[in-house]
Amino acid sequence: MKIADLQLISANVRKNIIKMLEAAGSGHPGGSLSSVELMVSLYFQHMKFNPKDASDPDRDYFILSKGHVCPVLYAVLAQLGCFDNDELYTLRKEGSRLQGHPAKDKKLPGIEVSTGSLGYGLSIGAGIAAGMKQANKNNKVYVLMGDGEQQEGSVWEAAMAAAHFKLNNLCAIIDNNGLQIDGTVNDVMNVNPLSDKYTSFGWHVININGHNLDEVDKAYLEFKTEKEKPTAIIAKTVKGKGVSYMENLAEWHGKVLSKELMEKALNEIDASVK
Amino acid sequence: MVEVFGNKATRFGFGEGLVELGKENPKIFVLGADTVSSVAINSFGKMFPDRFLNVGIAETNLVGMAAGLAIAGFIPFVSTYGVFVSGRAWEQIRTTVCYSNLNVKIGGSHSGLMVGPDGATHQALEEIAIMRCLPKMKVIVPCDLVETRKAVISSVCCDGPVYIRYGRENTPIFTKDNTPFEIGKANILIDGKDVAIIACGTMVYEALMAAEILEKKGIKAKVINVHTIKPMDEKIVIAAAKECGAIVTAEEHQIYGGLGSAVSEVLVKNFAVPVEMVGVGDKFGESGEPINLMIKYGLKDINIVDAVLKVLKRK
Repeated sequence: MKIADLQLISANVRKNIIKMLEAAGSGHPGGSLSSVELMVSLYFQHMKFNPKDASDPDRDYFILSKGHVCPVLYAVLAQLGCFDNDELYTLRKEGSRLQGHPAKDKKLPGIEVSTGSLGYGLSIGAGIAAGMKQANKNNKVYVLMGDGEQQEGSVWEAAMAAAHFKLNNLCAIIDNNGLQIDGTVNDVMNVNPLSDKYTSFGWHVININGHNLDEVDKAYLEFKTEKEKPTAIIAKTVKGKGVSYMENLAEWHGKVLSKELMEKALNEIDASVK
Repeated sequence: MVEVFGNKATRFGFGEGLVELGKENPKIFVLGADTVSSVAINSFGKMFPDRFLNVGIAETNLVGMAAGLAIAGFIPFVSTYGVFVSGRAWEQIRTTVCYSNLNVKIGGSHSGLMVGPDGATHQALEEIAIMRCLPKMKVIVPCDLVETRKAVISSVCCDGPVYIRYGRENTPIFTKDNTPFEIGKANILIDGKDVAIIACGTMVYEALMAAEILEKKGIKAKVINVHTIKPMDEKIVIAAAKECGAIVTAEEHQIYGGLGSAVSEVLVKNFAVPVEMVGVGDKFGESGEPINLMIKYGLKDINIVDAVLKVLKRK
């Protein structure tokens, strides 16, 4: 797929994130917007995933460890045709398959496991990866985490194990947007240097600009050629990317969108791809 | 006299059950956390090294990786000391395993005061409470080695999380291979009409001994082995309440939230009768010889007898 097409898809995903969050009246725009290109490249260029059969045993697995940014996942899955676009507007509503955090029991196609409590996804991914190895299968496993999430100790239990068990079929993607609820990650609890930490834990580390689709594409390609180590893609991103009044502001981690602000955001996103 | 066929720890029943399952089912996967010999899962590891992982001293990763293996289509069993697997990894068990209804089986070894000299840090006395409150979770507390083996084997019959509580110390084996065992179905071991003693785990044997003492006093006790705390066999509990009019529960676990609470919940909703609970009375354990601790904390047959005498006065 051409970069221009991926950019259009990314813009559409961004618009859907904004629209569904406005309709929901609550939720997490900042981190959803920062991981758009990482998700779009993954699902539209790299992952083996059949939208018509999301439980195909030959699929690659995706675990949204930072479950609060599920709007980006829901928007991508809708874009792929896993379910009707209109269902996006049921986000966070009673009876919806689009729960406030991904919920396996609601049976939305593409949700492998319930997530939302931070620091759990990498272990889950490592378990799937170990299972694929045991079964001599080539399925890949992708886990998206936040940079603030790296403060959870359980991430490092999993990081240690993934390298120890040589899970080269496991790819951790860190959406390094630098912000968490209480402020900058550096101020709240510094997790840096993340590259050095993962390298010292025995991982293959790739540093990229997480909004540059060419760099994102190359990083996933590089992961697929890794023979021994698990891969960590540390993607520098902008929280709230694509919406001027949200960018790099911690308060937009989880803030309600008004109709006016929604229109402003949609116009900005449209203008960016013209 | 209660017929006893041997004296061996339930942990070996857990290990035997896993090996048996492993031979029949290539999907069985076992994960340990540095305690693989002491929780008796090492024999599985030796026989099936490609379906065995030791994650080191990392209980949250233990449960997380097991969840991943379940998503990948395996039937993972994890085990380490009960305090750590149920406590340290509680939220992983709740949010990852139970909420997604993943097919993860959890073995909590070293349960109860019988851990002895290691003291309170290692004596698991709260797992029944914190596991049975989780939606989707089944909780089994087998009474001896033979029943533990059956619990392991039966646990794969149903899709979804199961917690099996077992122990380190040698305890009497008094059930046989052909003793019925079905998850969720309690067994009446002795019939009687004066009082019902409902017990689980190590306290089932004490309950049988207590029934013998009571018989000499002219009191006919019904003894029920409730090996499955959840789902509780409500029918048998309600029937016992109706028939006997008084109940004593016995468990090597905290009084709050365990078997006694679970039985009482059934009774107050259906047929309320006086209940006395034998268990650890809202305290931590301590170092000591297992048998001495059981005496000190009031977990012997005579304590059950005392509780029966007390409950009969309230009848």
